[in-house]
Amino acid sequence: MTDLSTYTTDLIKSFEFFKPETTLTATIILTIIFDLIFKKSKHISGYVAIIGIVIAGIFLHQQTGVEYKAFANLLVIDDFGVFMKYIILLSSLIIIIFTFYSKELHPGKPRLGEYFTLMMGMTLGMFLLVGSANLIMIYLSIEIMSISSYVLAGYTKEIKRASEASLKYVIFGAASTGIMLYGISILFGLTGSLNLFNINQYIASGNVDDMPLFVSSLMIVAGFGYKISAVPFHFWTPDVYEGAPVTITAYLSVASKAAGFAVLLRFFKTGLVDPSSGTLETWNLIGNIDWRYVLIVISILTMTLGNLVAVWQNNMKRLLAYSSIAHAGYMLMAVAVLNDNGATAVLIYFFFYMLMNLGAFFIVQLIANKLDTEDIDDYAGLGFRSPVLGVCLTIFLISLTGLPPTAGFIGKLYVFTSVINAGFVWLAVIGVVNSVISLYYYIKVVRNMYLRQNEHFQSKLTYSPTEILIVLMLAIPTLFFGVYFTPIVEWANLSVNILVNK
Amino acid sequence: MHIGLVHYLVVSALLFSMGLFAIISRKHAILVLMGIELVLNAANINFIAFAKYGGMNIEGHVAAIFVIILAATEAAIALAIILNIYQHFRHVNVDEVDDLKE
Repeated sequence: MTDLSTYTTDLIKSFEFFKPETTLTATIILTIIFDLIFKKSKHISGYVAIIGIVIAGIFLHQQTGVEYKAFANLLVIDDFGVFMKYIILLSSLIIIIFTFYSKELHPGKPRLGEYFTLMMGMTLGMFLLVGSANLIMIYLSIEIMSISSYVLAGYTKEIKRASEASLKYVIFGAASTGIMLYGISILFGLTGSLNLFNINQYIASGNVDDMPLFVSSLMIVAGFGYKISAVPFHFWTPDVYEGAPVTITAYLSVASKAAGFAVLLRFFKTGLVDPSSGTLETWNLIGNIDWRYVLIVISILTMTLGNLVAVWQNNMKRLLAYSSIAHAGYMLMAVAVLNDNGATAVLIYFFFYMLMNLGAFFIVQLIANKLDTEDIDDYAGLGFRSPVLGVCLTIFLISLTGLPPTAGFIGKLYVFTSVINAGFVWLAVIGVVNSVISLYYYIKVVRNMYLRQNEHFQSKLTYSPTEILIVLMLAIPTLFFGVYFTPIVEWANLSVNILVNK
Repeated sequence: MHIGLVHYLVVSALLFSMGLFAIISRKHAILVLMGIELVLNAANINFIAFAKYGGMNIEGHVAAIFVIILAATEAAIALAIILNIYQHFRHVNVDEVDDLKE
């Protein structure tokens, strides 16, 4: 009987900390219902989704500073998860607002109900992924978010390239999660548990051989690597990013990457770090395999390939796809040092990356709305045809390069500092060289906008005040946080606390 | 002959390799999908075998049930997407669906 009552108390207490996810689940249902009732209104489900996100955000705010293992250690609530959930929630909110101004999603479709439903499903999957401390839970939440995103990538199914994007996404996705699952099953056999805390305890007792542990963990990391598009698993990224609707591309490049990095960091810190040795300064991994060098090799490959291939791209979405691969490489560099400093740098970088990347994608969408093109050559003279958009896109691209006085510079600064502090000066040098390469292709776009002209040079492009306002609301923080970044850095410093075995 | 844990693991490893081979080598989207199912089922055999012979608790069985359900949903979504591809391309050969490459 005592056993049962402890379970029920745990369950009731867990539901208290499950409010954001419950809200999102309710929102999924409500978006469907509202879509069915208000058939005339195009955006009603979107407004419902926004309300749901705001309420989930309020519940999330109440979890600041909480440390709790919910549902018999299935899910973990800690500050690190809360930070990542904020990023996911904020980017969902911004993407839903983008959707209202998207032209490609609307023709021929009176309503967008299922679009918002799937969006919220994806958000829920990411929320669960960020918090999960159980391997089957990780697999389950990866599938929740993937299955929604497979459909969303091909949402404009009458467009050929969107269908193609969706096919490539589902095949690569299913294959890599399959490999991850096989890794999970081996790790289960080695340790006798699916729970990261128990796994950690068991490997800490020294009963597991290094090699099987390494191989199975590598398979699991491959599944995460696919989500963050790290290099050997990046093949889907350019095609899916180019084919999918811009809003979904932007969402995949920020939110699903955030979830992937969150689970990667949690897997290492909760699962593989030796609990008896210092978990703050450096994470001493159990066993003799040095994961640092594995991750460093992946990160170098990721950023170098991303940047080098981006140089040859002519399609803006494809260019931003390779640039997002490169950014995953920079962040992996901070993961690779495997300490709290690096994790903080990832958090800081992600917050700024969200602002600038979403901003760049929104401008791509606005331009595609008017000109029906994503070709960089067609951006010629854009700086004069629409001055605000030209200036803002320049700000976002400079920020993505990582030049001062933008937020991107601060993000890169913290990443490189954490790498140098860990003693990998050569790695930081490779990162800087990569940033220089990236300058070439980002500035190529700016050059096209200001120094090239075409026959439409004189015709102005006009945008509604709200569209301009949204662009400015992303561009101004990008500049502002480049100068006054202390609040974000302090917030990230407080949030680096990943729950581990004690 | 006594059938033990190792036998199951060998079968599952073979299944996993065959699945990977099918994913890499097949052109037809449905066959690639079948390869993926083989990989998932290889993992399932592992879960069940470990749960039975490793003296582990119910966790392995539960995991296997989850995997079966997810494999079904994934197959449903993938088939819908493949059907959509067929309407555009009039074939479902993964290699030849390459409009996006430059």
